Amino acid sequence: MAGINWYKYASPANFYPLAGKMIPWFAIPAAILFVVGLYVGFFVAPTDFQQGDAYRIIFIHVPAAWIGMMLYVLMAIYAAIGWAFNARLSSMMASAISITGAMFTFLSLVTGSLWGKPTWGTWWVWDARLTSTLILLFLYIGFISLQASIDDSRRADRAGAVLAIVGVINVPIIYFSVQWWNTLHQGATIRLLGKPTMAPPMLAAMLIMLAACWLYSIAVVLARLRCTILEREQSAAWAAEAAGSPARQPSWGA
Amino acid sequence: MFRWIVVRDLTLAWKGRVDVLSTLFFFLIVVSLFPLGIGPETHLLRLIAPGVVWVAALLASMLSLGRLFANDYQDGTLEQLLLTPQPLYLVVLGKVLALWLVSGVPLTLLSPVLGIQFGLSRNTLFVLVVSLLLGTPVLALIGSIGAALTLGLRGGGLLISILVLPLYIPVLIFGAGAVDASIMGSGVQGSLSFLGTLVVLSLVFAPWAAAAALRISLE
Repeated sequence: MAGINWYKYASPANFYPLAGKMIPWFAIPAAILFVVGLYVGFFVAPTDFQQGDAYRIIFIHVPAAWIGMMLYVLMAIYAAIGWAFNARLSSMMASAISITGAMFTFLSLVTGSLWGKPTWGTWWVWDARLTSTLILLFLYIGFISLQASIDDSRRADRAGAVLAIVGVINVPIIYFSVQWWNTLHQGATIRLLGKPTMAPPMLAAMLIMLAACWLYSIAVVLARLRCTILEREQSAAWAAEAAGSPARQPSWGA
Repeated sequence: MFRWIVVRDLTLAWKGRVDVLSTLFFFLIVVSLFPLGIGPETHLLRLIAPGVVWVAALLASMLSLGRLFANDYQDGTLEQLLLTPQPLYLVVLGKVLALWLVSGVPLTLLSPVLGIQFGLSRNTLFVLVVSLLLGTPVLALIGSIGAALTLGLRGGGLLISILVLPLYIPVLIFGAGAVDASIMGSGVQGSLSFLGTLVVLSLVFAPWAAAAALRISLE
């Protein structure tokens, strides 16, 4: 690995083709793992004696919640690097991550409430975890809308970085305050997972799905990053050429 | 320099009194709307009073943020302030202090009157005032970051609410929590200490972040 000149790939022009080559390496394993994970989750993992089959939604819910949280931190790190070292690619990476992160956070809220209805008997409770995930979604929305309303991409990158860093400092404070608020208002807290131990096939299915979601995230973020690079570098000759040829047409992910 | 900025912003606020008063009236009207929407039952009103007053305070201080940098930005004063050798941290802190004096403090002084409307006891009114006195500077400090980031952007007013309101949540929880605890008769010191912690934290970090955001916005 030592032989690679990493700085070379900090330039959008060099990273663009590299990202194009990398995407299949993440997208195809992601697709395979999704199939395997869903198979294990639906057909191998036993039915839960308390929650019935409804629990199976955690195979998508838990990975989505984890990734939603981790992508926010990752986004802030990329944004901070982009701001501190004036690395454009890093800032573009932060913008690309923000959409995927918001999507996974939203997905975890939706699947959580779908799971809550049969299990808790209600779509929504003001549980500490639910509330802090909702606030996390608000933070993502703030970051995305700030960047969307600034036309100058340099200013958008830096303003986003300040907001992301402030948000990251706030996340533990928010999490702590929500937890404190929750224990104040509710006598009994409902645990997200009723049982402390999981059957091995359940755990396996969840970990496979987690890996699949990570690989999917990387592939989609890279695809979006390629679009951003083309958009921002449209004045450069190589980018116009790359955008013009049908073979290099960037594909939009979810 | 710090004192000069505070005095200058206070003078400007005095010249444009209507802005200051409209923030206060907004606070008054929003709080008064809730009994009309919910009903005149005293028991219920007393239960929701902490949340209602605090949410209205949150919204009112958010609306006042527009004044913080916008005028100075438009007439070019802000650019000159950025060029001075004084640390930008102090400039921001001075402006935030002036804003707090003309929005946070009057709002806090008005709050007991609104509390009486909701049937709060004297002891609880005192806690409400203390919590607002500790909370409103945090709101102004955090808000300064949002105001600096959205400077000169289209749709700035709406955008700032999306940026700033999620960050206000801890202040709301501890502020309303203190008043709630006072109504329930449990200890209020915990929440008030947390509010104090937030004051210190935001005093250290927020002007710095707002200064960085100003540099970015004025580049």
